[in-house]
Amino acid sequence: MRRLILIFVPYLWLLALFLVPFLIVLKISLSDTALAIPPYTPTLDLGAGWQGVKDFLSQLDLENFQFLTTDDLYWKAYLSSLQIAVIATLLTLLVGYPIAYGMANAPDHWRPTLMLLVILPFWTSFLIRVYSWMGILSGEGYLNQFLMWTGLISEPLTILNTPVAVYIGIVYTYLPFMILPIYAALERMDASLLEAAEDLGCSRLQAFWLITIPLSKNGIIAGCFLVFIPTIGEFVIPSLLGGSQTLMIGKVLWEEFFNNRDWPVASAVAVILLLILIIPIILFQRNEQKQREAEG
Amino acid sequence: MNQTIFEPWNDPNEKPLIQFKNVTKRFGDFTAIDDQTFDIFEREFFALLGPSGCGKTTMMRMLAGFETPTQGQIILAGQDIAPIPPNKRAVNMMFQSYALFPHLSVWDNIAFGLKRDGMTRDAIGDRVAEMLKLTRLEKFAQRKPHQISGGQRQRVALARSLAKAPKLLLLDEPLGALDAKLRQDTQFELMDIQETTGTTFVIVTHDQEEAMTVASRVAVMDHGKIIQADTPQTIYEAPVSRYVADFIGDVNMITGTAKARNPGSEPQGDPTPPSMQPPEKRDDAASGTPQRLDPQPNDAGRWLHDKVLKFVLGPRSDAPKRLPPPDPTRDAPLASAQATPQPVEAAPGGLEIHWHEGAPPLIASNGDPALDGQTVTLSLRPEKMSISKTRPDAPNVLHGKVVDIAYLGNISTYHVELPDGLKIKAQATNTRRVSQRDITWEDDVWISFRDTAGVVLVE
Amino acid sequence: MRRFTWFNATSLTLGFAFLYLPMVLLIIYSFNDSKLVTVWAGFSTKWYGELLRNDAFLDAAWVTVQVAFVSSTVATVLGTMAAYVMVRAGRFAGRTLFSGMIYAPLVMPEVITGLSLLLLFIGIGLDRGVFTIILAHTTFSMCYVSVVVSSRLVSFDRSLEEAALDLGCSPMQAFRLVTLPIIAPAVFAGWLLAFTLSLDDLVIASFTAGPSSTTLPIKIWSSIRLGVSPEINALSTLMIAVVAVGVITASLVTKRSALRQEADQRAAERA
Repeated sequence: MRRLILIFVPYLWLLALFLVPFLIVLKISLSDTALAIPPYTPTLDLGAGWQGVKDFLSQLDLENFQFLTTDDLYWKAYLSSLQIAVIATLLTLLVGYPIAYGMANAPDHWRPTLMLLVILPFWTSFLIRVYSWMGILSGEGYLNQFLMWTGLISEPLTILNTPVAVYIGIVYTYLPFMILPIYAALERMDASLLEAAEDLGCSRLQAFWLITIPLSKNGIIAGCFLVFIPTIGEFVIPSLLGGSQTLMIGKVLWEEFFNNRDWPVASAVAVILLLILIIPIILFQRNEQKQREAEG
Repeated sequence: MNQTIFEPWNDPNEKPLIQFKNVTKRFGDFTAIDDQTFDIFEREFFALLGPSGCGKTTMMRMLAGFETPTQGQIILAGQDIAPIPPNKRAVNMMFQSYALFPHLSVWDNIAFGLKRDGMTRDAIGDRVAEMLKLTRLEKFAQRKPHQISGGQRQRVALARSLAKAPKLLLLDEPLGALDAKLRQDTQFELMDIQETTGTTFVIVTHDQEEAMTVASRVAVMDHGKIIQADTPQTIYEAPVSRYVADFIGDVNMITGTAKARNPGSEPQGDPTPPSMQPPEKRDDAASGTPQRLDPQPNDAGRWLHDKVLKFVLGPRSDAPKRLPPPDPTRDAPLASAQATPQPVEAAPGGLEIHWHEGAPPLIASNGDPALDGQTVTLSLRPEKMSISKTRPDAPNVLHGKVVDIAYLGNISTYHVELPDGLKIKAQATNTRRVSQRDITWEDDVWISFRDTAGVVLVE
Repeated sequence: MRRFTWFNATSLTLGFAFLYLPMVLLIIYSFNDSKLVTVWAGFSTKWYGELLRNDAFLDAAWVTVQVAFVSSTVATVLGTMAAYVMVRAGRFAGRTLFSGMIYAPLVMPEVITGLSLLLLFIGIGLDRGVFTIILAHTTFSMCYVSVVVSSRLVSFDRSLEEAALDLGCSPMQAFRLVTLPIIAPAVFAGWLLAFTLSLDDLVIASFTAGPSSTTLPIKIWSSIRLGVSPEINALSTLMIAVVAVGVITASLVTKRSALRQEADQRAAERA
């Protein structure tokens, strides 16, 4: 009895506030735009009984999805989101791996502090962290001031409102997600393995390449997924740093909904976005599962 | 001291405290316990011994109520306990990890179960104080579990599980986490506490020495079955199978074909030569002890005890659980490197075992002649084997070469290779200094043992 | 032995400079006297004064704290229950769906979560306001709580619960007297995470908030869209300070109690 209550309360909550809303999105994505409140038809009229349900079902169609393929804004946005997410993930890996490696090699008594320093930004407001780059990257921002002071450039660089700014923003905000799993993998590694490799004739670089990298593979994979998955649907970073040049699907969805008030199309955009995300999510889950099994 | 023999399992009038009746436990396809029926009696110290995965822990968890049998019944004090949840059973358990509540003090840990019973505050205080005294933990009452040592934690766990005065206390590898020295001390402490409180203890262990030390009966388990449940002495001296013989202590096994021996000129039942007719009665009469006070294994074990072991273990008036484990390092009075065993004529009857083409058969006068023609194994403890450089006059003599000597201080184990490649272990006490001992590597030696030294096993 | 090389030292220095320089600049320039954020014109705390006189910000901050407190508390209760179910309940009908619903919100883009909840609220005719934000925040943060708590429950020595049952506790008592006190730090960490996530959230709050209920992130968002402002710098500095003090204190407390525990243990083993 108690067990049932324990299961039912969170179960019902999630059904009502997670699954049902999502089914509504799916349903609206199959409806038509209308000048009404709510701005779509048909609405399900349960009062009309079975006939009502049948009418309702007969009016659903895939028009919105067809619309997404005709207007190249959408598929360009999907592609560009994917492209930005892939590049940004690789950049984050390039920046994050040396940091995680440095942390794993640091003396024992430093590690808790280093760990704290990585986690601290994670607790700080996302919005503020993105915002802090606006002051740095803008035309008269700190970076341009610094570069002009050193004499490297004579004209301010345009960085804000370009894809470069978006990459910087993503790397910056998602860096802890990359560092932590890699660090966890590296820290677990038995340091005598490297000595064994060198003893058997590896140079240090070879030992790094043949031992350290393969043994941190799971951390790298986990870190990449943790950056890649949320980046695809990112909204705040492209809006604040990317300007009108950067096309990302999260931003498109937001504008479709709030500015164009086209709910069915916004819902269709959401459904496709989710379909795109399912593949990396399943791959990520598999990787985690495999790792758990390997650890027994 | 106990004036009566403590062996309720041999008393048909005794009612068992726990009865397993055809108990089977399956986890999916895996059979953890396979149709087991046995009894445990009140005040017993019962050990479940076996390698990991043999089902001993499952057996215990069924008693505690954390698992229910798939088939069969478990009866505690006349009542089927299947429908009773763990929190309503008069059974307590001492967990392998101790499972001390880390957020509660030692005092609160011990009081935990008493509070659930709704005892008055004073009664709880008294009982906890009693338990603290029993386990000598008075000084640590206010400490948290992480503030005391491993041995003290073990005693807290014991005190906590005993506090509710359960009918039955289950101990899951209670000493597994302690180091060797502490473990030995604690074993005796456990026995004392068991005796003081009169609680029935069921202990699960994979450590045969521990089981032999503490238990009144040991059940050797394998693959969900109890292979043999008997006193430590019987288990050691008269194992019922090769598995048991091999699991407990060190053993030599020689396999061959059994052949019934001529029962001899005198018919069976008549006064047989001294080696068949154990001289215990005369001994008893001489020492004036009217009664044997130890559990009686079987004829072979009894004979061996009186003839061999009693010099080491002391007279039989000792309570059985007081017996130190039949430690192979000490039970070898016959087998000093230099001592030649007294010439003993093989008793008539029993079996001879043809184990190797061309070699004389081994004589086991205690073997069952009914095994005639079957393949049997003669199991021999190394301490029952004598080793010498000259051929001794004994019923069984083997010739070989020393290939290895393990020097253990008080004793040495000689590994002797017979001409056909079979390796035999023989132990000898080191009564002389190393330099004076004359048996060394590559020496030709003779191994001898009596016609009653071994046990003939079929399985 | 691990070797801490020059390469390691350099990458750590550069890495942490990258992580902290933007925030340091933000803090420094919050004390700038000039209205032009990027031009240093002398030290001043006037923007903090401005901020404290700005009722719109203060109201939004108050709403945000209320939402965060209520949603994180409800989320902690639900999330702990969910974690218990995930780790302990064994098999039951719909377990896969249940664990799917626990993990999905963690990877779901916020725009989708926000959109779907908004459509639900409109569909059932619920007026948008503080209440709907709380419902939305509870839903996604309970999943985070459940992940934090279940990772603690997995490593929880189950024989502690069995010992409690063995000593006469009902399952409910065993949870209240043994399990809960021991996993309390994880539950608290889950609450803190839920609280922070709620304080932080812009996207889901934007979808589910009504016109009368503006949270602090929404307010910040609408003002930074127009560009960098010294007032926002001051606000950011305050928020960073609160988080830093909180996180550092928490880690010091944990470290000290871990050290004390270790010392106790060593002392006990010596004795």
